[in-house]
Amino acid sequence: MATVTLENLKKSFGDTEVIHGVNMHIEDGEFVVIVGPSGCGKSTLLRMVAGLETVSAGTVKINDTPMNDTEPMDRDIAMVFQTYALYPHMSVFDNMAYSLKISRVPRAEIEARVAKAADMLELTPYLKRKPRQLSGGQRQRVAMGRAIVRKPAVFLFDEPLSNLDAKLRVQMRLEIKTLQRELGVTSLYVTHDQVEAMTLADRMIVMTAGVADQIGAPLEVYANPKTAFVAGFIGSPPTNFLDAAQFGGSPAPGTQVGIRPEHVRLTNGGASNLEARVVYAEPLGAETLVHLTTPDGSAITVRQDGALPVPEEGSSHGLHWDAEHEMRFSEAGQRI
Amino acid sequence: MEKRITFKGVWLPLALIAPQIVITAVFFFYPAGQAIWQSLFIPDPFGLSMTYVGLGNFEFLLSDPFYRASFVTTAIFSTLVTVVSMGVALFLAVLADRLIKGSGTYRTLLIWPYAVAPAVAGVLWLFMFNTRVGVITWYLGQLGYDWNHVLNENEAMGLVVVASAWGRISYNFLFFLAGLQAIPRSVIEAAAIDGARFWTRFRTIVFPLLSPITFFLLVVNVVYAFFETFGVIHTITSGGPQQATTILVYKVYSDGFVGQDLGSSAAQSVILLALVALLTVIQFKFIERRVHY
Repeated sequence: MATVTLENLKKSFGDTEVIHGVNMHIEDGEFVVIVGPSGCGKSTLLRMVAGLETVSAGTVKINDTPMNDTEPMDRDIAMVFQTYALYPHMSVFDNMAYSLKISRVPRAEIEARVAKAADMLELTPYLKRKPRQLSGGQRQRVAMGRAIVRKPAVFLFDEPLSNLDAKLRVQMRLEIKTLQRELGVTSLYVTHDQVEAMTLADRMIVMTAGVADQIGAPLEVYANPKTAFVAGFIGSPPTNFLDAAQFGGSPAPGTQVGIRPEHVRLTNGGASNLEARVVYAEPLGAETLVHLTTPDGSAITVRQDGALPVPEEGSSHGLHWDAEHEMRFSEAGQRI
Repeated sequence: MEKRITFKGVWLPLALIAPQIVITAVFFFYPAGQAIWQSLFIPDPFGLSMTYVGLGNFEFLLSDPFYRASFVTTAIFSTLVTVVSMGVALFLAVLADRLIKGSGTYRTLLIWPYAVAPAVAGVLWLFMFNTRVGVITWYLGQLGYDWNHVLNENEAMGLVVVASAWGRISYNFLFFLAGLQAIPRSVIEAAAIDGARFWTRFRTIVFPLLSPITFFLLVVNVVYAFFETFGVIHTITSGGPQQATTILVYKVYSDGFVGQDLGSSAAQSVILLALVALLTVIQFKFIERRVHY
């Protein structure tokens, strides 16, 4: 069991700094998800924790011990890779037993631990197979099994579900969450998928361009984004951004108002903040997404109950939301 | 269904494959047929008549201690050439694979020796190890070692092995490097996280994953050592001292063209033909199926 601490962690490739100082403390047994668009440095951050990338500045601590100069094998971690990285010439059993064999665990114990992990992951019938004889989901499980049998202090996941199809992804997501709860191992999980982040995380780190924009529990981040980037990245469909000037008052130039699609209502007559014309509507059954344009040309999406009538394309409507749902952001994207 | 393009008529396809057929016929089928034919005869000393002896040439060869000694020499020589050239190539490839800066330069430099013809390579090494004017011989002399591959059988063998392996290292290096770079980085990283240090990783992950390439090179290098090293041996030792470096191919030449025993020489060629056929069968059988992991 372990805690992980990142102190002002920086990474540069040559003269280019790609991670600009991340601070984070992960409690024992906590599941933390790093989420961000591709190229934001989230995988690099994870690889620094694993010891696969050198640390340019700052400190990685596991259990309060600095690990900057410790080799990956001495950090007591296990990692699940996006490509699974199974050993293609070994059977499933040998893949899972590899680390135990290297650390000279007695044969009987190896068999017991692999059998237990295989049972947990429903891999028992496949122990003798080679990775190429398995489906994507099964390979993913073997990669998980390989991590579990070692009983590491920390699990690291590098986009482990990106190579699976959508249905399997949802299923494996649940399994990973259940496993982590059962084993209680501190986990750090990287993904670009905000739904994965929302569902898995105890806390999440939203990263963009090498900076951790916000760290917090998923719902807290959703309800109270600190930057325009977080507001736009977390939530689907994303937050609508409108120029604050069109709502009166005298906001600083460039100020934006963010408003989530579910907080906007279409009104016909009555109080409205804005007039807009329907571009098209997507009825999804339980809900309907209505895409509109405002007079100044910005796009806005409204999410409404599927039971309400679907508005006609080209029709004009008033848009209304409560002031408490308005999120104002400065020109630099900071929450005001 | 795959759509195939078909040509009508016979003459165009024939004309297109004719050059290859002609070359194969003139330089392979004809001499091979000649060798098989001649191996059944003993010509008289003036080459005016031939006496049919059936398998007499083969019977004589197989009971000839010199010929059997040549078999042993060939086995030692080809084993050494293969092990040295593949071992050194693998070592260099592993080093070059770890390199990030300047790897292009290293690769280019390491590939150059492959462009040197075996006979030229032989002469190069001969100059360096020349018993009177060789640079390395002189340095060895300074160290108190008297190098003389003209008289010492082991030194002669060592020299032809090194000279033959040298040019081959480049070729093997290329294949090994390509093989190493085809191993996904994440697999190596997973092994590192699993606790395997460099040597353990090499033994348990990298080397097994290279096995298809290793096997391919093994066959190709044995064939090379058997047949293509003629130039090296001819320029450096001419098969000597005594018969110490007379491998089978060289014996075909020295018995036939120097000793003028054409019947025996032809019989030896036929035996080599059978050997190379066997090696080709092994190669196709295993390589076409691939050594699967």
